[in-house]
Amino acid sequence: MITVIELGCANTASVLFALERLGVEAHLSSDAAEIAAAKKVVLPGVGAAGFAMNRIHELGLFDVIRSLDVPLLGVCLGQQLLFEGSDEGDVQCLGLIPGRVTRMEASNNFVVPHMGWNQLAVTRDDPLTASVNDGDYAYFVHSFVCPVNECTLATATYGEPFAAMVRKGQVWGCQFHPERSSATGAKILENFVKL
Amino acid sequence: MLARRIIPCLDVKDGKVVKGVQFVGHEVLGDAVDMALRYRDEGADELVLYDITASSEGRTVDYNWVRDIARALDIPFCVAGGIRSADQAVKCLNSGADKVSINSPALERPDLINELAEMAGSQCVVVGIDSREMDGDYYVHQYSGDPDKIRQAGRRTLDWVVEARDRGAGEIVLNCMNQDGVRKGYDLKQLRLVRDLLDIPLVASGGAGAPEHFVEVFDQADVSGALAASVFHKKIIHIPELKRDLRQAGIAVRL
Repeated sequence: MITVIELGCANTASVLFALERLGVEAHLSSDAAEIAAAKKVVLPGVGAAGFAMNRIHELGLFDVIRSLDVPLLGVCLGQQLLFEGSDEGDVQCLGLIPGRVTRMEASNNFVVPHMGWNQLAVTRDDPLTASVNDGDYAYFVHSFVCPVNECTLATATYGEPFAAMVRKGQVWGCQFHPERSSATGAKILENFVKL
Repeated sequence: MLARRIIPCLDVKDGKVVKGVQFVGHEVLGDAVDMALRYRDEGADELVLYDITASSEGRTVDYNWVRDIARALDIPFCVAGGIRSADQAVKCLNSGADKVSINSPALERPDLINELAEMAGSQCVVVGIDSREMDGDYYVHQYSGDPDKIRQAGRRTLDWVVEARDRGAGEIVLNCMNQDGVRKGYDLKQLRLVRDLLDIPLVASGGAGAPEHFVEVFDQADVSGALAASVFHKKIIHIPELKRDLRQAGIAVRL
């Protein structure tokens, strides 16, 4: 059973459906006690970091998420929330992964949001990247980026390289949407299910 | 490298993909979920699903099929048609759509773009624009789905794209009406003019008739994606072959 955190931002349905397609039981929750007792947790998120962090505090989930000792996967904004802070709304995030999320600078050459299918470069062996190959495409939609550091599992490049996948201990993240990344995304979600 | 996107557009009515003149004689092409999956298998990068009767029936969003598609599909999709409020848009997104596209309602009330961007984030907000060349300039048209209601919106296209971006649109789909349905190629000149004004993604629509039209539009107009409907539905262009042609022409595509 996987618990998908419901913050009230849009698009939690597609994560749930992707897990369903893998035959995994999953449910939505914003209940602190339920999430604290979960076996595995996904933190999805679309929208703004400030809004999402406010919801995390309002729901009493800040300490709950920070003290989980089961596998946690942040998806898209969910990955950004794992970092120490974000320039989006100048907000303090969960602090589970070192570094600060910064804005992508838009230009005529590099339009923002970074939207579409981009290639992964795997930088470290990990159960989550098993059977994921360099050059595999994943679907990205974002305007802020996570820094490349010792926690990076895979990078993608749009102007500059950024962290496409991260891990520290029991905490993983994907900047792209595995639930919308076809076979590659399904493989990554399956790897998470098998952890 | 970020791949250029190939985007089939499906007109949906009651969960079926249809073609034909909007208010008369729909021909049912197939079930929306089946067709969405077929295009996914062929290598479509994204789909646009256009609810062709939502607007004209004046109903609130009842996209039961959005959920069905979200449940089955593992590539992104955008829902268009009849979205007039931020609440309706959020319902689409909560049902599993990745983006919503607004066209005439954004012209009626431009604040709708700001409201959607604030609630859901710019990345979910696509502004569709129907544009026609007249007397050497480009003008926005409204209600283009209905031959009895279509009219000029009283705005220059080059002004409206910038305003839509400033209000929080995350992507523009520019449908060039002079080209629409004639399959003579995308309106490269107009798309290039709009592209040069923007630092958000631009998707070309209207005019695709052959694989070389896609090569041209990526090469010359530098758009992020190219949308087409009938050439895919009528199997005039087959997506796997199109993508091979594009790659051969040196354009980054996902194979």
